[in-house]
Amino acid sequence: MERDVMSFDVVIVGAGAAGLSAACRLKQLAQTQQTEISVCVVEKGSEVGAHIVSGAVIDPKALNELFPDWHERQAPLTVPATEDQILWLRNSTQHWTIPTWLAPKTMHNTGNYIASLGNLCRWLADQAEDLGVEIFPGFPAAEVIYHENGSVRGILTADMGLDAQNTPKSGHMPGMILEAKFTLFSEGCRGHLGKALIEKYALDQNKDPQHYAIGIKELWDIDPVKHQPGLVIHGTGWPLQGDTNGGFFLYHTDNHQIAMGLIVDLNYSNPWVSPFDECQQLKHHPVFAQYLEGGKRVSYGARAIAKGGFNSLPKMTFPGGLLIGCDAGTLNVSRIKGTHTAMKSGMLAAEAILDAMQNQQTEAISFESHFRNSWLYDELFQSKNFGPALHKLGPFWGGAFNTLEQNLFQGRFPLKLHDKKADHLQIKLAAHCLKINYPKPDGLLSFDKLSSVYLSNTNHEEDQPCHLHLHDNKQPYRVNIPLHNEPAQRFCPAGVYEVIEESSQPRLQINAQNCLHCKTCDIKDSGQNIQWLPPEGGGGPNYPNM
Amino acid sequence: MNTNHLKAIVAIKRVIDYNVKVRVKADLSDVDLSNTKMSMNPFCEIAVEEAVRLKEAGIVDDILVVSIGPKNCQEQIRSALALGADRGLQVECDVSASPLDVARILQKIQQEEGADIFLLGKQSIDTDNNQTGQMLAALLDCPQATCASRIQIEQNKAIVTREVDGGLLTVEMPLPVVITTDLRLNEPRFAALPKIMQAKRKPLAVKTLADLDIKLTTDIELISVSSPAHRQAGIMLNSVDELISTLRSDAQVQIPKHGEEA
Repeated sequence: MERDVMSFDVVIVGAGAAGLSAACRLKQLAQTQQTEISVCVVEKGSEVGAHIVSGAVIDPKALNELFPDWHERQAPLTVPATEDQILWLRNSTQHWTIPTWLAPKTMHNTGNYIASLGNLCRWLADQAEDLGVEIFPGFPAAEVIYHENGSVRGILTADMGLDAQNTPKSGHMPGMILEAKFTLFSEGCRGHLGKALIEKYALDQNKDPQHYAIGIKELWDIDPVKHQPGLVIHGTGWPLQGDTNGGFFLYHTDNHQIAMGLIVDLNYSNPWVSPFDECQQLKHHPVFAQYLEGGKRVSYGARAIAKGGFNSLPKMTFPGGLLIGCDAGTLNVSRIKGTHTAMKSGMLAAEAILDAMQNQQTEAISFESHFRNSWLYDELFQSKNFGPALHKLGPFWGGAFNTLEQNLFQGRFPLKLHDKKADHLQIKLAAHCLKINYPKPDGLLSFDKLSSVYLSNTNHEEDQPCHLHLHDNKQPYRVNIPLHNEPAQRFCPAGVYEVIEESSQPRLQINAQNCLHCKTCDIKDSGQNIQWLPPEGGGGPNYPNM
Repeated sequence: MNTNHLKAIVAIKRVIDYNVKVRVKADLSDVDLSNTKMSMNPFCEIAVEEAVRLKEAGIVDDILVVSIGPKNCQEQIRSALALGADRGLQVECDVSASPLDVARILQKIQQEEGADIFLLGKQSIDTDNNQTGQMLAALLDCPQATCASRIQIEQNKAIVTREVDGGLLTVEMPLPVVITTDLRLNEPRFAALPKIMQAKRKPLAVKTLADLDIKLTTDIELISVSSPAHRQAGIMLNSVDELISTLRSDAQVQIPKHGEEA
């Protein structure tokens, strides 16, 4: 099929913190060097910010470098973190408060801001457009397009107007090729193109497997009397049990709102674990209930997080492009922060691209030296043991190790810990694991999945090809359902995977229109049988203020 | 008047996206729109699509898209330009204008532009008034066809099929005409990437209410906004007897006892 082609100097896939920071930096550098550079950003969400969900306590370090005058430009970082609390939930009613000096100092938040990353991205998009960047929301990148010599030529945008059988409907608009000298992939954690590029160029060779978590977030309007803007609470413990690790957050943001949520590591082994239900249960703990009671939940979202850190970080450059931000895995797990690192990786990519364009190189090879000489490298290097320690030693001893390493050794402990087993290989047989009976939601603090998904404003055109592709349609019936009681029905935070008991045999139903684009199914399925693909442009959640 | 060189004006409105669950502010003063996805009102999009089809059919050769609102409504004007409209006009207005005020503003624009066809969505999905088109026709003293599901333009006439209760009504009227569009008139196209880029370079004028010599009326005041009553969860009962007694006791339904006259 003959495709229309549009050419740019740089095409960026994904209007998140990394992609937009790269776009802004490219234009700023071009201005200083008095050259012209055309930059195009494609975004699968219906608008910038629609698919962004994060805690978030943001370190303004990268923003200070990108827009030193961000205060005057009214960046939506308006709530400084004023107080850190670190808690250990002992059981459903009690907790210990960990004294700040006993916590890893990477957990201290003085100088940071409680903010909505979605709104920060909306603001970054305005800055980028003012600098002349072309941003196209509602256009997913479907495929990577390669040159004959194997280097990246650009991307193909997804077709619009295909029906469920993949045949064109009236108004069908075929995707077009966007080609560029350099294509930046900033799709966020487990981007489907990033996944393909890592495989094609073996970018993860000699690295630990990437490790992931699923983060579930809710936004609540609370009683103004209980609201303490700037209060940051982190913790772990109850209700997570066994080898299921994770942690929670509760941030008092502006407008009498609280952002709260639970992050569950995806290396858990018990197929009965349901991160969604863990999060619902968590809200009944007095630590949460004291703020949430009488309040109203206003938004809900979920997203996978790449948290393998330094040891799992793939090579980020390849001929014709770069992988940046969470698409590569630049999140600093020891600080539970990925925004400033994603932004910095985008800014460094921009510098490397300009070097490469000047030197007529097809691979931005100076990225490696820019990266090694940056604070981003130092941050990631110093926290390299943080995640593996928690995985190997558990939250208690792992946490103690992390306090020692971060506070006494400044992250330069001579030993390197590794975690070599991929998350999807951890799942055990259902019959060998303790079945977890989660309490029914009460409709006040805790809710069911469907009423939660409703608050994400997610929507997909009904008559379109299913964007959750099974490599082997029989695998669920051979393995997942009989052996693991299909964990997807519990790890999916949106009720996409449903096992329906029918008279003859159970049937796996995929409710793709509920999808929140979190990518957990693509990551955690034990047989790696689920391939997340982009649905028609504009589909997916429409998060406000997330 | 030559039927092949007609001028069309389409009025469009920026509204909360139809996928977004509407949330009322805690103080009930209005709907919360902070950082919420906004879009062109779907009926307005149908009006734009129809104008573009008339242009593609060689009937219309100039399409002006007008929106009344703060600066961000330019996003929706650009979307309309990407679909195929020729020019945009934003009338700056930072408050929500009533249907009558909108009609008065559009009347002024029509006086300057002298369009042959004025297309509007039949209503906006936020305030659901379904009044502006009718008021505009009255102010312009010209014929109107509301809720159009088919539009034909022939020799200075508009032949419009309207959706009415239980059927279709076809009317014919001379131009200029005000037409409001219904859901089944057409299916708007997707905007193509190159068209979105071209749209950024199409002319978009900005006028103030003062430029148009309009003062907004103040006879409608928004008193409060509230969410629909929360639906109670259903309960499962075990027998017909239990159903009857529950209906009697909880729902206060009058059900005659066995043997009684209803």
